[in-house]
Amino acid sequence: MKKKMIDFILGHYAYWFTIIIMCIGLYGILFKRNLIKKTIGLTIFQSSIVLFYVSIASKWDATVTVLDENIPIENVSNYLNPLPHTLMLTAIVVGVAILGASYALLINIYNRYGTLDEQELLDKIS
Amino acid sequence: MRDRIDSPIVLLGCRLLSPYIMLFGFYVVIHGHYSPGGGFQGGALLGASFLLMRVAGGDEIGRLQLKEHLAKPLAILGVAIYFGTGLLSILLGGNFLDYSFLPIPGMDTEWLRYTGILIIEVGIGLAVMATFIMIYDNMARGEEEDD
Amino acid sequence: MIYAASSLPYRGDPNNLMHAEESMVGSKVIGSYAIQNTYLDARTPNFVTVILGDYRAIDTFGEQLVIYTAGMITFLLLAASKRRKNER
Repeated sequence: MKKKMIDFILGHYAYWFTIIIMCIGLYGILFKRNLIKKTIGLTIFQSSIVLFYVSIASKWDATVTVLDENIPIENVSNYLNPLPHTLMLTAIVVGVAILGASYALLINIYNRYGTLDEQELLDKIS
Repeated sequence: MRDRIDSPIVLLGCRLLSPYIMLFGFYVVIHGHYSPGGGFQGGALLGASFLLMRVAGGDEIGRLQLKEHLAKPLAILGVAIYFGTGLLSILLGGNFLDYSFLPIPGMDTEWLRYTGILIIEVGIGLAVMATFIMIYDNMARGEEEDD
Repeated sequence: MIYAASSLPYRGDPNNLMHAEESMVGSKVIGSYAIQNTYLDARTPNFVTVILGDYRAIDTFGEQLVIYTAGMITFLLLAASKRRKNER
């Protein structure tokens, strides 16, 4: 019984930590009033998704996804699963590009209205 | 960046560090077949080496390394290398981005695919580097405008 | 969400469904297929590079277009607003 409990916690603690990081990012998006802080919350949310994908790719007693002649490739459990790593590699760079585009929008908003606070912006627009 | 303090120590440190970051970026792009690395990571490192000089030395010293208007043609060149590789294999009778139809004589199918992956990694690295420089330059110029 | 995460498979277990060699309907799983066949296909020891540049090459081309588009967005937004301000 106790062995089973320890196995359960060892198998799931990474998921719980990524969910905590995701909740921090969601709090930043929903409750902060400055638009820059909202963008930082979006980045934290995205990094939690990246951590989740990388954590589900792991196997115990496996090595990195580069071929070593001493380790046979016929046995699949010798190497990590390379597919989530590939997907996240592109997602990180696209995230940086999206961050640049959103900051360009924010600079334009600041040049036009002189503020980045959400409530003041709504008052000035209407 | 209005009240920038000129510090020669910071500038000297960045001048010392920038070529090594650039060399490591080239290494990561070219050596991506045998170790963790590839176009995206190497392009980010190359862009970081240019941005370091721009952050430390301002516009005048940063422009000595890479001119501002050169960033857009480099990004277009990176996309064109990738797309040209795919188009070449269509013209020679294969599918889009099927590397085994590339016109390099004396190579097996496996080594042709190896070469094709290397070519498109270089294209990805160029595009990522130029895009990072483009984003930084435009943001710095847009911030100078509002006074 | 934490309760929902309790029913996910154990992390790092090599017998998970996504680490298996064949899926439930009998087709190949791409991760295991890549581990076994990339060196024979492209003579490249790094599996991630082969998946990125060969098996999913069109997807990577789309990602590169997205990056280039983001750079052009910053150029158009900031440089165009500068030009408009100069005309005034």
